[in-house]
Amino acid sequence: MTSLDELAAGLRTALGADRVVSDRVELRTYECDGLAHYKVTPGLVVLPRDAAECARTVAGCVAAGVPFVARGSGTGLSGGALPHADGVLIVTAKMRDILEVAPADERAVVQPGVINLQVSRAAAAHGYYYAPDPSSQQICSIGGNVAENSGGAHCLKYGFTTNHVLGAEIVTPDGDLVELGGRAPDTPGYDLLGAFVGSEGTLGIATRVTVRLTRLPESVRTLLAAFATTDAAGAATSAIIAAGVVPAAVEMMDALAIEAAEAAVACGYPPGAGAVLIVELDGPAAEVAAQFAQVTALCEANGATELRIAADDAERALFWKGRKSAFAAVGRISPDYIVQDGVIPRTALPEVLHRIGEVASAHGVRVANVFHAGDGNLHPLVLFDAATDGEAERAEEVSGAIIDLCIEYGGSITGEHGVGTDKAKYMPRMFTDDDLVTMQLLRCAFDPAGLANPGKIFPTPRLCGEVPRRHSAADAPAAAEIF
Amino acid sequence: MRWQPAGTDDHVAGVPARFVAAPASTEEASEVLRAAAAEDLAVVVRGGGTKLGWGPPPRRLDLIVDTHRLTGVVEHAAGDLITVLRAGTRLSDLDFGSQQLALDSPLPGATVGGSVAVNVSGPRRMLYGTARDLLIGITVVRPGGTVAHSGGKVVKNVAGYDLGKLFTGSYGTLGLITECAFRLHPVPPARAVVTRTVPTAGVGALLAAVRDEQIVPSAVEVDRPPEGEVTVAVLVEGTAEGVRDRAARLEKVLGGQSGDLPSWWGAYPWQPGGTGLKLTAALSKVPDLVEAAGETGIRGSAGTGVLYAPVTGDVPRIVERLRAEAVRAGGHAVVLTAPAEVGQAVDMWGPVPGLDLMRRVKDQFDPGHHFAPGRFVGGI
Repeated sequence: MTSLDELAAGLRTALGADRVVSDRVELRTYECDGLAHYKVTPGLVVLPRDAAECARTVAGCVAAGVPFVARGSGTGLSGGALPHADGVLIVTAKMRDILEVAPADERAVVQPGVINLQVSRAAAAHGYYYAPDPSSQQICSIGGNVAENSGGAHCLKYGFTTNHVLGAEIVTPDGDLVELGGRAPDTPGYDLLGAFVGSEGTLGIATRVTVRLTRLPESVRTLLAAFATTDAAGAATSAIIAAGVVPAAVEMMDALAIEAAEAAVACGYPPGAGAVLIVELDGPAAEVAAQFAQVTALCEANGATELRIAADDAERALFWKGRKSAFAAVGRISPDYIVQDGVIPRTALPEVLHRIGEVASAHGVRVANVFHAGDGNLHPLVLFDAATDGEAERAEEVSGAIIDLCIEYGGSITGEHGVGTDKAKYMPRMFTDDDLVTMQLLRCAFDPAGLANPGKIFPTPRLCGEVPRRHSAADAPAAAEIF
Repeated sequence: MRWQPAGTDDHVAGVPARFVAAPASTEEASEVLRAAAAEDLAVVVRGGGTKLGWGPPPRRLDLIVDTHRLTGVVEHAAGDLITVLRAGTRLSDLDFGSQQLALDSPLPGATVGGSVAVNVSGPRRMLYGTARDLLIGITVVRPGGTVAHSGGKVVKNVAGYDLGKLFTGSYGTLGLITECAFRLHPVPPARAVVTRTVPTAGVGALLAAVRDEQIVPSAVEVDRPPEGEVTVAVLVEGTAEGVRDRAARLEKVLGGQSGDLPSWWGAYPWQPGGTGLKLTAALSKVPDLVEAAGETGIRGSAGTGVLYAPVTGDVPRIVERLRAEAVRAGGHAVVLTAPAEVGQAVDMWGPVPGLDLMRRVKDQFDPGHHFAPGRFVGGI
């Protein structure tokens, strides 16, 4: 009997047989998250109903010396919830209760498996919503959002998950239940909650999350502006920011992304546009009215070929439908594609988009650009046909080159999808060895045995307790090649 | 780069230092801390000195690392709405033209590094968040001299652990902050403040009424002198048209008047050298704290649940009572600053959840406990 078999038997007794999955066929259901080109069948799947069961499962893993990986809805796009073949996948999908909506405190308390959009739906009756809105908000879970520090179109103005999570109960990698943060702000002591959010499941598992609710805006106005080129759309974006306006969202799509969206959802964007911007303002009615006039004028002054103002919610939804369905829509114009996620300073947008175009044509692949222009978070979609010899490899090269461009321009290798399995190898290009060793100190404090989601984020995990050794700068790229 | 003998002013919460070093760059700071570690020196970091008396005195002190030479704007990328600042730069010296670092410091002369290290905040945290929300990248020197970065210069970035959050509010116990990258905000063209003074019993209804309006205040502040009535002051910022409309609505909701910022706006309510308490509460319980603080007076951000009270007289008894009230209100009470004899008589930090994990973090970052030993929660 392996340690995993013994663990399965123990957890069946402790939690009930229906909480533990060990059938090989059923296990394969969980072999990947949203990034389907990494697949590992987990050794065991456990579906706890509450924090105590979750803690019991982790404690079992610790006792058996078995690694564990947390998984919410499995919508992650960096392989953050990729299972461990000899480990336990802890799925929070059955922890789906909204425990409390407290509008007078502007807070909600939810279990980790609750779907992002459900929080806003529950709060709407009280005049509130939950601001962080990843494009996958209809299916992604709050626990996953916390793990990945998810973003979305409205981050520019409202910030990320980390700005909206006030407290969390977590199971530490030792199997203990610990409260971080709370209902009131500024809990004394180290901001372990701030460190936990975005730690991609390597510091433990959130079992209960207290989120901030935001008052619904009195007014929302949405503009669709067409431009001849992405340069012109970029210039309009810069002009809006320079004018001191912080829109709720500024999203850009280039010609290829528009073509894909039209093919899939017939969103009726202006025909022949080289780029479109969706600019959304929200807030008090008089404030929005004044700034909306300003934004419209700035788009015109920067060469907008067509401006459409959403007359009602239905039209606004149609503007967003093209944008929000763009990733899936690309499947209509290309058999395969890679979704990249990188960040550049907003002012570098025109230059970087040109260089992406150059890299793409040099490799003979197409890149569709659909992204958060307001905060420089690019989502280039690298299109390819796996059936054509060598094209997948070329697409992979282009995708990697785009990440190198993000680093070159002082940006980041990920803006919202996380490092996960997919980008661990790039971490040494963005951070020095000392930076990475320093981050590992935090890991060692939380997870001395290294059992929580091992192999994610960091290319070269250091055993806790090992004396940090100094590396020469030349070591980092070499280390990156190993993984 | 080494240290100088300390002068008579070089003490921390009454504990004299032996040496002072003032590095002018991250590299120099790294050399200093490498040498300090080799000589087993206990270190406290000093910026503007405005909060040096906060927290219990250090258990040991050999070297003060002073950041007054570690100053200046490394970068201001206006089009990207970001800046990179050296830690010793005074907040009051910053001028980004039509842009701002939206970090209100209640203490004139405070530096960037000190404000981050102690995570101080002022009224406008309600709209803009605190240092932990505005900070997007950080450079630190660990005890022992290793230089480390986290985050970066773009607002949206989720690569690696967010060490900026960990260092924000860590009171200098994990290392020396040398550079901080922040997101900036446009300076709004107009602002208005609407105030109303009411008996304590009326505060809850007023705050709820403001919360119910969709006017997105930058700050909702309250001030209650001991035994006095409570003044509620609401700040709105934005376009001229928008602010005019919002202020008019606020006047109606509050039954109050537009005017200047009140004289007490954004200032701590205690006298220099006095005892100051920070109280937090769930938003709906803020009126309870305001009510409970009748004997001391209270002031602060009702819109976020962060309040401050001066304590005089029987300090241990009052702290204990207000701490119990704060805990009942879902929050905490921390004695930020107190004269030495008072600091010894009260538990300045109070109970803190997650202390075991915090001790483990400290042990990893500062295994020899050389940085600000004893100044932080649980004796860290």
